[in-house]
Amino acid sequence: MLLIRCPHCGPRNQDEFAYGGDATVKRPADPASASDSEWHAYIYVRDNPRGPHEELWHHAAGCRRWIRVRRDTLSHRILATGPVHGPLAEEEGR
Amino acid sequence: MVKYSIFSLLRNAVSNHENWPEAWRSPTPKPAYDVVIIGGGGHGLATAYYLAKEHGITNVAVIEKGYLGGGNTGRNTTIVRSNYILEANAHFYEFSLKLWEGLSADLNFNVMLSQRGVLNLAHTDADIDAHSRRGNAMRLNGIDAEFLNREQVKAFVPLLDCSENARYPIMGGLLQRRGGTARHDAVAWGYARAADARGVDIIQNCAVTGIRREGRRVVGVETERGFIAAKKVGIAVAGNSGVVAGMAGLRLPIETHVLQALVSEPVKPVLDCVVTSGAVHFYISQSDKGELVMGGDLDFCNSYAQRGNFPAIEHVIRSAVALFPSFSRLRMLRLWAGIMDMSMDGSPIISKTPLDNFYVNCGWCYGGFKATPGSGWMFAYTIAKDEPHPINAPLSLDRYISGRVYDEKGQGPTPWAH
Ligand SMILES: Cc1cc2nc3c(=O)[nH]c(=O)nc-3n(C[C@H](O)[C@H](O)[C@H](O)COP(=O)(O)OP(=O)(O)OC[C@H]3O[C@@H](n4cnc5c(N)ncnc54)[C@H](O)[C@@H]3O)c2cc1C
Ligand SMILES: [Zn+2]
Repeated sequence: MLLIRCPHCGPRNQDEFAYGGDATVKRPADPASASDSEWHAYIYVRDNPRGPHEELWHHAAGCRRWIRVRRDTLSHRILATGPVHGPLAEEEGR
Repeated sequence: MVKYSIFSLLRNAVSNHENWPEAWRSPTPKPAYDVVIIGGGGHGLATAYYLAKEHGITNVAVIEKGYLGGGNTGRNTTIVRSNYILEANAHFYEFSLKLWEGLSADLNFNVMLSQRGVLNLAHTDADIDAHSRRGNAMRLNGIDAEFLNREQVKAFVPLLDCSENARYPIMGGLLQRRGGTARHDAVAWGYARAADARGVDIIQNCAVTGIRREGRRVVGVETERGFIAAKKVGIAVAGNSGVVAGMAGLRLPIETHVLQALVSEPVKPVLDCVVTSGAVHFYISQSDKGELVMGGDLDFCNSYAQRGNFPAIEHVIRSAVALFPSFSRLRMLRLWAGIMDMSMDGSPIISKTPLDNFYVNCGWCYGGFKATPGSGWMFAYTIAKDEPHPINAPLSLDRYISGRVYDEKGQGPTPWAH
């Protein structure tokens, strides 16, 4: 079971959250002129790392805000959490 | 290869089964092959078999980092079916199901295909509409499907809670009688033995650690046992697709997610078909040993760990007890997980790539066991001819660029939700 530290509410059970996927993909800055390959890269292609992964979670049964989590996909260890646009705070003592 | 038959069984019984020959060799890798397949799961082994059988290409190695079938092939819940709506998937999975129907004879290995029926429950009016539509689409594609009403479901699966006040009311179900289960290990072993007999080298305990490229060509693979040159390289590494394709410098429309399953203690025969519920996110069958085999959703976050978290297990147990109240007193025996190659539209990829002689087989999500024969057949064709067969042509990588994706659920590019 994951214990996810919401930057707004504190540590909460994984059950309270909905997953939002890779936080590093970026929507093309100018959608009107973006090429097929830029859309392809944004919508479909992922790094899919075996190790640290930056991802979005929605605190659906809590403050209902989106947060950003750095989690190791191999060990499931949460390395850092923070608000979507702010700095991430490292998890301590783990 | 010694033919397995009643006579070889009797002959070996006389010598207390101590003189059976090995089912396949454990050769030292050659310096070079015509084709190297990375991944010794069902898909990789089937590919090697059909390369040899259908295309006469026998100078082939299958390179596996662990033991044969130790990945998802040996971790899955063995459901075999072809109940898809979209044409590309329907034709592909039906082709695969037809291969299953002749597989034990073709491989001279009993894969224990049991066409006991796969029943998808309908719990709401919307479910009835969706299942009827699916059944009609299947029948238009020449695939068997029957809609059962509640009374028929009740007769077909007596232990289901079909009462008026059930937690998940049962209003009917879509049945594919030709669906069922098969023995997972037997599929890997049967293909391995038959491929080996045709000259394929199966190399276990040898991870591929790199892929050597010269420009747009792949020239071979780096392995724990040294460099192996190859005229063509194909990958069939399931949850490790991103990692292995990354060795060749490619990024894929794939995310890796973990799927768990669990089995109960063995009991007497109580359930003689596969029951699934899309609404509840749950499925169950009974193994030949008597264990109830069940599973549900992915864990919903990217994972390469071959173990999951408790919320998914809790959900499965809750669903099992709600649908089958009499199972509440079963004890669970073990649970495990496998890492899934979830594609962005939920449909598989058997495809050429931007590199000249490098091919990918991935995107099997939680349903690639039933695809094993068809996947191997189509991947072998694609590698041998350097072009896809009409059946797998739609399942190519470039569909994600053109936008011609096959999204059965209309879910969009959220791979953990397919
Ligand atoms: C719990 C669970 C339940 C499932 N239930 C069903 C079901 O009921 N029906 C169904 O149809 N499907 C089901 N599936 C999906 C199915 O198991 C898979 O889609 C299918 O088995 C994939 O086969 P494969 O040969 O592609 O992969 P695998 O069997 O995983 O084989 C890939 C192999 O590649 C090897 N490999 C990886 N990296 C390297 C490397 N660098 N070098 C060398 N080798 C490498 C791995 O060790 C592995 O053996 C389920 C999966 C799971 C986990
Ligand atoms: Zn919160």
